[in-house]
Amino acid sequence: MSEHIVSVRSYLLVFFALLALTGLTVGVAYLDLGSMNTVIALVIAATKMLLVMLIFMHVKYSSRLTKLAILAAFFWLGLLLTFTLSDYFTRRWTPTPSDWGPSIAQPAPREK
Amino acid sequence: MNTAAVTPPPDSRVNYLNANYGFRSWLLTTDHKRIALLYLMSITVMFFIGGAAATLMRLHLITPGGTLVQPATYNKLFTVHGIVMVFFFMIPSIPAVLGNFLVPMMIGAKDLAFPKLNLLSWYVYIVGAGFTLYAILAGGVDTGWTFYTPYSSTYANSQVIAAALGVFITGFSSILTGLNFIVTIHKMRAPGLTWFRMPLFLWAMYATSVIMVLGTPVIAITIVLVAFERLLHVGIFDPKLGGDPILFQHLFWFYSHPAVYIMVLPGMGVVSEVIAAFSRKRIFGYSMVAFSSIAIAVISFLVWGHHMFVTGQSIYAGLIFSVLSFLVAIPSAIKVFNWTATLHKGSISYQAPMLYALGFIGLFTMGGLTGLFLASLATDVHLNGTYFIVAHFHYIMVGGTVMAYMAGIHFWWPKITGRMYPDGWARFAALLIFVGFNLTFFPQFMLGYLGMPRRYATYPAEFQVLNVMSSAGASILGIAYLIPLVYLIWSMRYGKIAGPNPWNATGLEWKTASPPITENFEETPVVTEEAYDYVHMPPMPSSAELAGQEDLNV
Amino acid sequence: MSEVTQHHPRDLQHHFANMEQQNDSGIFGMWVFLVTEIMFFGGIFAAYAIYRSMYLPAFEFGSRLLDVQLGTVNTAVLIGSSLTMVLAVHAAQTGKRKALVFYLLLTMVLGGVFMGIKSYEYYHKWETFLVPGLRFAPEVALPSGVTVQNLQLFFCFYFFMTALHALHMIIGFGIMTVLLIMSWRGRFSPEYYAPIEVTGLYWHFVDIIWIFLFPLLYLIGGRYTT
Repeated sequence: MSEHIVSVRSYLLVFFALLALTGLTVGVAYLDLGSMNTVIALVIAATKMLLVMLIFMHVKYSSRLTKLAILAAFFWLGLLLTFTLSDYFTRRWTPTPSDWGPSIAQPAPREK
Repeated sequence: MNTAAVTPPPDSRVNYLNANYGFRSWLLTTDHKRIALLYLMSITVMFFIGGAAATLMRLHLITPGGTLVQPATYNKLFTVHGIVMVFFFMIPSIPAVLGNFLVPMMIGAKDLAFPKLNLLSWYVYIVGAGFTLYAILAGGVDTGWTFYTPYSSTYANSQVIAAALGVFITGFSSILTGLNFIVTIHKMRAPGLTWFRMPLFLWAMYATSVIMVLGTPVIAITIVLVAFERLLHVGIFDPKLGGDPILFQHLFWFYSHPAVYIMVLPGMGVVSEVIAAFSRKRIFGYSMVAFSSIAIAVISFLVWGHHMFVTGQSIYAGLIFSVLSFLVAIPSAIKVFNWTATLHKGSISYQAPMLYALGFIGLFTMGGLTGLFLASLATDVHLNGTYFIVAHFHYIMVGGTVMAYMAGIHFWWPKITGRMYPDGWARFAALLIFVGFNLTFFPQFMLGYLGMPRRYATYPAEFQVLNVMSSAGASILGIAYLIPLVYLIWSMRYGKIAGPNPWNATGLEWKTASPPITENFEETPVVTEEAYDYVHMPPMPSSAELAGQEDLNV
Repeated sequence: MSEVTQHHPRDLQHHFANMEQQNDSGIFGMWVFLVTEIMFFGGIFAAYAIYRSMYLPAFEFGSRLLDVQLGTVNTAVLIGSSLTMVLAVHAAQTGKRKALVFYLLLTMVLGGVFMGIKSYEYYHKWETFLVPGLRFAPEVALPSGVTVQNLQLFFCFYFFMTALHALHMIIGFGIMTVLLIMSWRGRFSPEYYAPIEVTGLYWHFVDIIWIFLFPLLYLIGGRYTT
């Protein structure tokens, strides 16, 4: 149990920071930054998450074990995303017959 | 290990079994030992239900034409066999029965960290089993235990949602058990019990719990998506509506591959304990075995794509998964080498637990080696979807885990019940199981190599001989599994009374009475020595002594 | 090591050696549970990521059919409820019973506001025929590259993810109701407030899920052409 009692002031600072970041993420959405829109939105969301975790959830004052557990969860989620996406992103790397164009002879139609 | 002197309980034989009587004292118990027995009864029932399905399948497959059941019914049989055996027997078996019973005792604690959550996990299991039994009785499921889409989400006309709900709910039982074990092992070890003094069974339980906690939620959400799609006819996994069936497979196997390690790691933990006790030696390479448990838990999450080599996954992803699948074999092999080295120059006894453990080592090795053929992309193209796969995983799950489960049940039976079982019958059953098992599943390797597909209700006539051999083996196996049921129940009433430590084994659980008092220990033990301190233990009692012992060590 | 301590705290459960072990275990246990929740939501986030990459135009179009103002208000409301929750924990830590009750109640009220706004959003989607499977017939013109099926897929994820999140909030309400009654009765003190802290962890997690859901559902592709 984190006997460390965080001050109300810290909590309020984090609260206003979270509100400000929310406003920021909405504001940035109204700018045309192409694919950076998504990146910035995710970075802001990650920052908000860190603030909530470190201060509201007391992770800053928690044991190494707790921090390890949290890192493990995100690492495993990363495994799920990375390996699954590796399938989707590399599916087009292998050519299919239609990619080879007319240079190969089409097989004779099957007799059925 | 040293403890405070164990005094016999003041009253004659007040223990966790007779401390309270009545249904309520069992159904509302928070005692981890009673919950373990509740699980024992439940999973035994589910084992025989799954076994009944298998019996019908093997009877049907005696003839190539297959006239015992309709093909549609056959599909339901193999689905029910898979679902019941995987989710309701294999995954809970050792963790929920032996783990629940032994983890607090091996750690020197009075209970798990969250006893009420433990009871809740059993009720959740029962509710999940209820949904699944309803699914079976209301017409069955025919999708295969793997619920592949879009068949399961769109086209199947069977009780998919009920069965899926059953699996979903039971998953939470798994999660709660794993959560409990992790917190208990981290926070409640007795004074002096450092990580590297723990019995290897605890390392195995810990690694298993890590997998349970990280993997099970993913299959939970996946099953909910399938039910969602089935109810609303939307296109999450249906290609006609824009979905990708391979996505289902990714999400499904992300859990289900590590799940097979949930099934085998606890077995390895049991085998470590039994090999040490019946060779009177410290496990060779203790820290390597401990680290390999963690390595298996981690690497198991990196290989799931090997189930999808031929279903449409990108070949580059397939290459990565293939290499990693070879890697995952290494920590398992390390364990096999270490057990073998433990046997070397050990003082070996061949009571039933040891026979099962030795059987595990041989059969698990065979199953594991055949996995390498499947990890290799080229050979998997030929072998996938055939009986080779069926034989491979049954060698590991039945030849491996079920034998380890039997080893553990027999090893700790005196502790759990305070009674010895008749070892002659136990050894006979163990050998009969070994013979029956090999006769059932070895021909299936050959069938698979020759090309017989799995999950088919009929087969070409030239495969009949091998199929008949397999079915003959299955009948021997079925009878062989009934034998322990009989003598173990018999022993609870008529077995010889066992003392606290009939095997002269090391470990905190052997320092208390058999059966233990509800609080496990009169005083919290203090641990001062390493695990497997067999150098300072008396030898294994002879068979005659074991058979005739009355209050031997009290 | 002796079991008997000078005074046996009334809240010490029999299987724990002391309150520190009990509290540590409770907090760590909740974190392990949150790890499972990260993987649970993670699975659906992974599916979302894949379909978004496959059908980006449909996802962008669908996203703009959501009400960004209501979504922003909801985000602020939920952040506010996280603040009140952590102030409730603080009140428990410093032994202020009335403040604890007040902040717990306020957390629930703010959560209720969130659910109210969400319900209105759902109702609006129902009225505009954008509920997948049950009532899906978009009245708006679909731009090129967007099919009805792919748009329905977006709304599948919208409803599924927000409904799953809402379900977790409802469970949170249930737990907080129990805590509210216990707090009113003076059950908690600076020596024993673990249930409050543990519930706080759960509630903050629910907030974090929304912190990601909001941009991933409401702000896909930006809002700059409206």
